[in-house]
Amino acid sequence: MADTLTGCPAHAGAPVPAYPMPRAEACPLAPPPAVEPLRAEQPITKVRIWNGGTPWLITRHADQRALLTDPRVSNDDCEPGFPHVNAHRAQIAPHTPKLITNTDAPEHTRLRRTVNGPFLVKRIEAMRPAIQKMVDGMIDDMLAGPNPADLLTALALPVPSLVIAELLGVPYKGHAFFQRNAGLALDNSLSADEATAASRALGQYIDTLFREKLENPDDAVLSEMAGRVKAGEMEHAEAVNMGVAMLIAGHETTATMISLGTLALLQHPEQLAVLRDTEDPKVIGNAVDELLRYLSILQTGVRRVALEDIEIGGLTIRAGEGMIFDVQAANWDPEAFPEAERLDLGRPARQHQAFGYGPHQCLGQNLARLELQVVYGTLYRRIPTLQLAARVDELEFDHTGTTYGVHSLPVTW
Amino acid sequence: MRVELDEPKCVAAGQCVMASPEVFDQREEDGVAILLEERPGDELLDGVREAVAVCPAAALRLVEE
Repeated sequence: MADTLTGCPAHAGAPVPAYPMPRAEACPLAPPPAVEPLRAEQPITKVRIWNGGTPWLITRHADQRALLTDPRVSNDDCEPGFPHVNAHRAQIAPHTPKLITNTDAPEHTRLRRTVNGPFLVKRIEAMRPAIQKMVDGMIDDMLAGPNPADLLTALALPVPSLVIAELLGVPYKGHAFFQRNAGLALDNSLSADEATAASRALGQYIDTLFREKLENPDDAVLSEMAGRVKAGEMEHAEAVNMGVAMLIAGHETTATMISLGTLALLQHPEQLAVLRDTEDPKVIGNAVDELLRYLSILQTGVRRVALEDIEIGGLTIRAGEGMIFDVQAANWDPEAFPEAERLDLGRPARQHQAFGYGPHQCLGQNLARLELQVVYGTLYRRIPTLQLAARVDELEFDHTGTTYGVHSLPVTW
Repeated sequence: MRVELDEPKCVAAGQCVMASPEVFDQREEDGVAILLEERPGDELLDGVREAVAVCPAAALRLVEE
């Protein structure tokens, strides 16, 4: 401000806040309360992360869109200054082959096009009848089983785990193993060595399967990648790493959206009624995007580093400085979504950034949308009396995972 | 109105196909966007505008002629 001798902004000298920030216990589905004043007053500001580094935190929807499509903003996690999510990710970065998750255009564009085939809109849409049948069967089993039940183990986790296992050609009987190790690999409260051991175990598991597919291919994605490796279009290590990434990213995230989405809807019965009373795919499709926006489960932000100086919002992000894009902050930005704190399944929600934004936007987003459309479009219609079998303050939320979640969701009907 | 696709930028996320299947498709081998209608009729413009807005690679433009 003008009244300071140095001409620094008023907040200079204020302590740099730690990131990620804690949520309020009373509002477990809302963004951390400290995020809102930052977005309103310091939408691009420094935060302190686990290793003492101080990357920029970008909280406004428009700033995120501008920066995440800026070619000076890099996803190369071997660049000094890249703000790693945790010590594990920092530890494995130099040993990870070039993948869609750590490269920039034009290399990224080439790599993404080689792994994109299974996620084509038409190929995903063709899976709808099989997923519908699977969900119907699981709801039948749930209704025939004990009441109350844990929605996480009865439906939320098995649906995406089965789907991604079948898509990849991973035997579902390995689900306890891959679910456990995926959880460990993404847990920021573990030591780097513990998380690395879990991701290495998954790597060895997929590597063994991949070698079998090289010999005896089926029609699933690991075999499709094996074909590309044989044709010299892809490296073996790249294919194995992509297989692991798809397996991890393919089940925890969607499982969380099913459980937290159901919790959010049970807290907003008038919104749950919208889904319970419709079979209109447009209404269901928009409801999925609104729940993705509202919940924005990625709680550690999208991470990038500046390759050149970037002027934005009257500030300069210097070359070599890290950036964190908090997607829930952007998705609750009132400039982009009026009354953003309101869950409104009828609002235009499509421009949310729950899957990130820019060329690295989630590879599996079309599959995730399909699974959520089927589950949300079926569960509340089939079980209209669904309700929580615990108080919200009794639920245990996952505050240390890369994505937010709940450890179990007891429901009754 | 004319749609412009900057193909080298396309990351094949398929969001244009989701928003406006009448105007966009994906190449089968790698998912890169295909423009089916370079000059879509007025009735398709809402979908095209959404496709432009949600394209994660900012590879689409709608230009006045």
